[in-house]
Amino acid sequence: MLVYLIRRIGQSLLVVAVMATLVFLAMYAVGDPVDILASPDADEFERRAIAQRLGLDRPLWEQFGIFVWNALHGDLGRSFVYNVPAVDVILQRLPATLELALAGLVFSILIGIPLGVLAGLKPNSLIGRSVMSGSILGFSLPNFWIGLMLILLFAVELRWLPAGGRGPTTSVLGLHFALFTWDGLKHLLLPALTLALYKSALVIRIAQAGTREVMLQDYIRFARAKGLSSRRIVLVHVLKNILIPVVTVLGLELGSMIAFAVVTETVFAYPGMGKLLIDSINRLDRPIIVAYLMLTVVIFVIINLIVDLLYAAIDPRVRLSEAKG
Amino acid sequence: MADYGQIDSVTIAPELPARAPEPVAERGESLFARHVSEFMRAPGAVGGLVVLVALVLTAVFAPWIAPQNPYDLSQLDIMDNVLKPGEKLGSGITAWLGTDDQGRDMLSAIIYGLRISLAVGASSVLIACAIGASIGVLAAYAGGRVESVVMRIVDLQLSFPAILVALVLLAVFGRGVDKVVLALVIVQWAYYARTVRGSALVEKRREYIEAARCLALPKPRVVFRHLLPNCLPPLIVVATVQVGHAIALESTLSFLGVGVPVTEPSLGMLIAHGYNYLLSGKYWISTFPGVALVIAIVAINLVGDRLRDVLNPRLAR
Repeated sequence: MLVYLIRRIGQSLLVVAVMATLVFLAMYAVGDPVDILASPDADEFERRAIAQRLGLDRPLWEQFGIFVWNALHGDLGRSFVYNVPAVDVILQRLPATLELALAGLVFSILIGIPLGVLAGLKPNSLIGRSVMSGSILGFSLPNFWIGLMLILLFAVELRWLPAGGRGPTTSVLGLHFALFTWDGLKHLLLPALTLALYKSALVIRIAQAGTREVMLQDYIRFARAKGLSSRRIVLVHVLKNILIPVVTVLGLELGSMIAFAVVTETVFAYPGMGKLLIDSINRLDRPIIVAYLMLTVVIFVIINLIVDLLYAAIDPRVRLSEAKG
Repeated sequence: MADYGQIDSVTIAPELPARAPEPVAERGESLFARHVSEFMRAPGAVGGLVVLVALVLTAVFAPWIAPQNPYDLSQLDIMDNVLKPGEKLGSGITAWLGTDDQGRDMLSAIIYGLRISLAVGASSVLIACAIGASIGVLAAYAGGRVESVVMRIVDLQLSFPAILVALVLLAVFGRGVDKVVLALVIVQWAYYARTVRGSALVEKRREYIEAARCLALPKPRVVFRHLLPNCLPPLIVVATVQVGHAIALESTLSFLGVGVPVTEPSLGMLIAHGYNYLLSGKYWISTFPGVALVIAIVAINLVGDRLRDVLNPRLAR
């Protein structure tokens, strides 16, 4: 196991290193940030001063060396626009995105499990069929458009909910959360629902398949024979058994929720990391883009690493085949 | 945002329907004819196919079908701007779906937008499929170190969400239809490589491959003329469904402002355009292009789902 662990961590570090190089080179190709920062009538001298201040006048390999050295010290550069460390700007937006992603996860469970179990109990009924067709829609519909339609319905026509932004936040342990005020929750509802749609479809699929499988098991038959009410069978015996795959998949999907949030946050003008990324791309704020990408790469690599290690711990065949190469 | 393309084929695989015993193929009936008659037995899929063909024809013949050329400035009249659906333009044409802020008939804009969306979706899938399938089949045939390196790259790429990769690529490339296609090809090739490699691993142990090798046929011929054609059925299914994903992904990227340029608006661009008017209750600019997008994607998925059933070897043979 130790050998596997070391190998796997080594691979993860390699991935991070490769990604860092790619990200750096890609950003170098994005465009000249001096064009954005200098006023249009700036002369050559002023432009050179800006380039010098940002370290953009040095050769590429030297910039890369400085980038790697600083990154190893947790410094991914200062935002050109805000003029504060890029990591700080992103970390400041992180709670908003995490809040959104978690609310989305909760929604997808609340929507997905009841519908999935229902469809699994009656796979050939009208309800079962429509739930499963609906889940195909959830997979394939363009999510941003659904978000717009929700805004149109609930914010513009019915005027029940705000159309965008993040509500008032309260400070908990130095971090700002909107979860604890009614107005904050109202702002969170539509974006979280939009973000949850795709995952709900996924949960419906897993819960439906799981329920159908579990219902054929002997322990369900035994529970029936014992005279348990079907309510208890479903709520206790079925639910407990389908939760394992659902939780596994959703844990894996948490990372992609953060990526999806880019779109949802743009639709709802929600001040999270994703909106920051889009704004930074438009403003050519390189350090923010780099910091966001590096952070995301690290999050994904860590999630993959944990999953692989858990699988290896559970299933010895994985680490054996790996050891053979 | 749904990460189009990250769908695990296992979780989305439709329930195997309890089907009547397979009718015995009549003598002389080709495999293709059997697949066609199989396909026709699902009314939903046939409906999807009809809609899809209609959409493709509309897109191809857009200049003859659309009431107006929405990008010919001489045909636009700024006095017609933001008309409600059903109102008449100054030129006498009825704008059934309303007009946008430039006085553009939305129906015409949607027909032209559909053209770009379908073209981007289909061409990116074709290119990615050709590249991915070649890499996948070569990796499977070569085996050993080559295969494991290629599959590592595939795994690595698939572990990052397609939307994020495409977003970053386009931030680097800049705007343009060709650049969107390139970005979509880069995020998609890995699916095809993985799909083809899976079936090629099975097929390469079959006797006909051994026979072809015993005949000392050149390697490329064995791989591309004998191995690859036999790996096609699952590839066709994945590619069909991926066209839908590619279209949705393109519209999302265009909505975010990194996709197609303003001069060649796809459906996603039209939706983004109407975003500013949505909050003041002028719903039609964003809503109708979205409806067109949804119809196209659902039709493609219906067809893809049915193809999966028809071409599934576990069911067919």
